[in-house]
Amino acid sequence: MSIHVKKIVKRFGAFNALREIDLEVGEGELIALLGPSGCGKTTLLRIIAGLETPDSGEIWFHGNEEGEVWFHGDDSKCQHVRERQVGFVFQHYALFRHMTVFDNVAFGLRVRPKSERPTEATIKEKVMELLRLVQLDWLAERYPAQLSGGQRQRIALARALAVEPKVLLLDEPFGALDAQVRKELRRWLRRLHDELHVTSVFVTHDQDEALEVADRVVVMNEGRIEQIGTPDEIYDHPATPFVYQFLGDVNLFHGRVSDGHAHIGAAAIQLAGHEPADTAVAAMFYTRPHDIELSHDGGGLEARIQGARRAGGVVKVRLERIDGHGAVEAEVPRESWEAEAFCEDQVVRVYPKRLKVFTAPETALAT
Amino acid sequence: MFRQSNVLPGFNISLGFTIFYLSLVVLIPLSAVFLKSFTLTWDQFWAAVTAPRVLASYRLTFGASLVAASINAVFGLLVAWVLVRYEFPAKKLVDALVDLPFALPTAVAGITLATIYAKNGWVGQFLAPLGIKVAFTPLGVVVALTFIGLPFVVRTIQPILEDFPKEMEEAAASLGATRVQTFVMVILPSIGPAVLTGFALAFARAIGEYGSVIFIAGNIPMVSEITPLMIVTKLEQYDEAGATSIAAAMLVASFLLLLGINLLQAWSSRVLPPAAPDQQEEPA
Repeated sequence: MSIHVKKIVKRFGAFNALREIDLEVGEGELIALLGPSGCGKTTLLRIIAGLETPDSGEIWFHGNEEGEVWFHGDDSKCQHVRERQVGFVFQHYALFRHMTVFDNVAFGLRVRPKSERPTEATIKEKVMELLRLVQLDWLAERYPAQLSGGQRQRIALARALAVEPKVLLLDEPFGALDAQVRKELRRWLRRLHDELHVTSVFVTHDQDEALEVADRVVVMNEGRIEQIGTPDEIYDHPATPFVYQFLGDVNLFHGRVSDGHAHIGAAAIQLAGHEPADTAVAAMFYTRPHDIELSHDGGGLEARIQGARRAGGVVKVRLERIDGHGAVEAEVPRESWEAEAFCEDQVVRVYPKRLKVFTAPETALAT
Repeated sequence: MFRQSNVLPGFNISLGFTIFYLSLVVLIPLSAVFLKSFTLTWDQFWAAVTAPRVLASYRLTFGASLVAASINAVFGLLVAWVLVRYEFPAKKLVDALVDLPFALPTAVAGITLATIYAKNGWVGQFLAPLGIKVAFTPLGVVVALTFIGLPFVVRTIQPILEDFPKEMEEAAASLGATRVQTFVMVILPSIGPAVLTGFALAFARAIGEYGSVIFIAGNIPMVSEITPLMIVTKLEQYDEAGATSIAAAMLVASFLLLLGINLLQAWSSRVLPPAAPDQQEEPA
């Protein structure tokens, strides 16, 4: 059971929410749509569900050889959300508040046409089985208002699973929960997916959540897909500066690349596995704070320590470049911080162990 | 019971004021009604409140009020639905129109309705060939009471419907529910208490209505006399004790009915727990 999204375009007035989105979701995959708010990820999810109609493009669903059309812009064919058999989980749960937990989960089975509707006994069995799956069978007679946020979201998931959906779509499922519950629930969702293998797409703006839970991550920005890949690919080989910046804290240096070296300010840093280019090329260099090495007399840029703060096993250091080209953030292991006896206002050497180089034309030289 | 510890100060003084105010505005006039009717003996009182003409007026008043409130509950819900759910030109104007029965002097409403629904009136001339007589019949009473009760239902349901999260309907649709199933199983139970409140308000208003009804009712003894008219008639005959007796009987009946509706509402809000604050929809 896979989904093919082809050239989907959606506009809200003058705002381009989605610009020609192409995406394939494979059988049994768990995919994360990741991006900042307003990037179109929720719109894309709602379009796949049928809660929103795109302006043009196609959506195909392949349950068997032939496949069925969910949306086709040219034939103006659009299957209703009711017929698509998707399980949709909302950020704010959207549980029916006048129904018990049991009735909420049973809803999808009870609204089936008479001929397909299971008997009340079968429904009961099925609902209790689902409630056991989400480990909340002891709450069957409660009302949604009596549950915590995490419990509500698990009930919402059970309700979506009750109709045996072809695909499961989750819109920021943990967005309304506090940090602790969030972490627990995302691990739990991963385990649940490993058990059920239902093709799933979830939307999130939290990069940790996407990297931890998903099989593949789709990074979106301004209505376009920036990169699709496994969490490792996305993190280690970001395709664009945007992806690199979005996945964590970064330091940005402007400079040039020549002869396999990065020239940043007065420093030249050897680039591992980078083809030596004949002419100097303007480039942007990105590095993560934990890939920066500080030393008293090693190689690298000169910078003055502005401040330092302990955070667990590392020390977060703020530095200012001596040549006046901006600030640098570094994370140094606590042992080396103490062993090297760094302190504020000291001038030290900043050496990026790993640099990500972008020489794309749009990354013009800044200085 | 009177010594509650509460972070909000002023419990005693505000309760005292509430009781004083209610006494002044509601309880004293109402108790005067009872005191005046007690000047009669029990037999005289019983005779006054169970005279055939009076009994007929009870039937009309309560019956017509019930029918009118029921009509309003259904069509008021429809009006509220249209006003909340759809965008159309002059929506604000239509919205304001709903309040008109609140503001219009009831006598004006009564005379207008009587003219329109009379045999040769704008609407009445089309109904007359069908054998439907509205003006000067109990049906006319229902029409007048429906007119004055409409805003109560619409204005009670409207805010509840506006707050109803769209996601809830989307969830129902994604689970395979048809539009009708979604309305009956999801939306209606959520706005049910509001419909009931609107019904109770329209009903209470209809029972007490005088001005608009007497013009269209025709006031035929035993057929289209409403109870408030009976009271006025008695007063005109200087039978003050008789008038207050009927008033007292009506008061008790209305009170019991409203109490019943309130209990029904309390029950329905227990069955339908209120939304938790974090289920409110946030802008995306």
